[in-house]
Amino acid sequence: MNAVTTAVIDPSVERAREVAASVTDPEMPMLTLVDLGVLRSVDRDTDGRVVVAITPTYSGCPAMATMRADLECALATAGFTDVVVHAVLTPPWSTDWITDAGRRKLAEHGIAAPGTARVLKDGPIALTLTVHAPVVHCPLCGAADTERTSEFGATACKSLHRCRSCGEPFDRVKEI
Amino acid sequence: MAFFRDETQFRNVRLVELDNGDFACSVTRLLVFSTHRLAILQRLRTSRDNVLAAVAAKGVKEITYHRDYAARWLVTLACGTEQSRRRVEEALITVWPYVAELFTAHPVERRIAGSGVGVDPSTVRDEFDSVITQVFHAAELPQPAVAPAPHGGGHRDGDHTDAMAAFVGEMQSLAREHTMGVW
Repeated sequence: MNAVTTAVIDPSVERAREVAASVTDPEMPMLTLVDLGVLRSVDRDTDGRVVVAITPTYSGCPAMATMRADLECALATAGFTDVVVHAVLTPPWSTDWITDAGRRKLAEHGIAAPGTARVLKDGPIALTLTVHAPVVHCPLCGAADTERTSEFGATACKSLHRCRSCGEPFDRVKEI
Repeated sequence: MAFFRDETQFRNVRLVELDNGDFACSVTRLLVFSTHRLAILQRLRTSRDNVLAAVAAKGVKEITYHRDYAARWLVTLACGTEQSRRRVEEALITVWPYVAELFTAHPVERRIAGSGVGVDPSTVRDEFDSVITQVFHAAELPQPAVAPAPHGGGHRDGDHTDAMAAFVGEMQSLAREHTMGVW
């Protein structure tokens, strides 16, 4: 799913790729940018610069500037001083790009993973007035008997839920 | 830039200036704005400008969520208690005068629509009406019969409601006091 290019084998690019892949999301630090599906490619251009492409998650997400700075800092620490970080808008990021490892790590940290994103076709987009509440399993005890308490949680990209079985509240990453 | 612009240099529609203190009002305004904006972005996905098309494709996914959220809240409030329904009815009287402006094309909008880059907002009125009709039907609300708010000046030419001055002042206060965030 992640378009981390592997066409040319250049040991230093491989190293830069490893470093970039280890950078974590500032809001959900249990996830790397690879887990989140944000890191699109790491290459070297003809001028010898390391070019990193990332995809913004949500428009206006305040974490983007931090991700960019963290990538530059991690690469500089590893000796890559000439680095360019590009934001790639197409195709738009989807929570479907969160890897299986990422989903597992979310659950291990008490955050329910998103379901499959709604596919939007060309033409007018249908209104959804009825809540198709998916069955959300409690990431803490695994019970399916949970309820959503707010459509917005700790961050705008998460909703807030509560488990009726173990009584614990938890966040869930919303599918988009 | 936005932090040091005068009130008259903002070209926004007046709908977005309305006071944010009442939940029914905020939800109604969000429904109106997101329904309009989704119809625009959905068309912008095929803009001749690649960046605009990419931003629109991303925005469509996000605004779909906000429109559904606002629509469900409007139905919940309208079909809730006597008080919540009364508050929605009052919100419609406050918000609806600013709906017509969303569909009035500025000469700049017409020009960029003509070149295949932008969207003429007057072309999305039918889609807006169709979505709002669905929401009002579910909310058992009549279509509001409220006259459009009159303009002091031209459309999207820097003419604002009384709420704008205080709003801009508050939003700019930190930047004006501590330029570049240094203190």
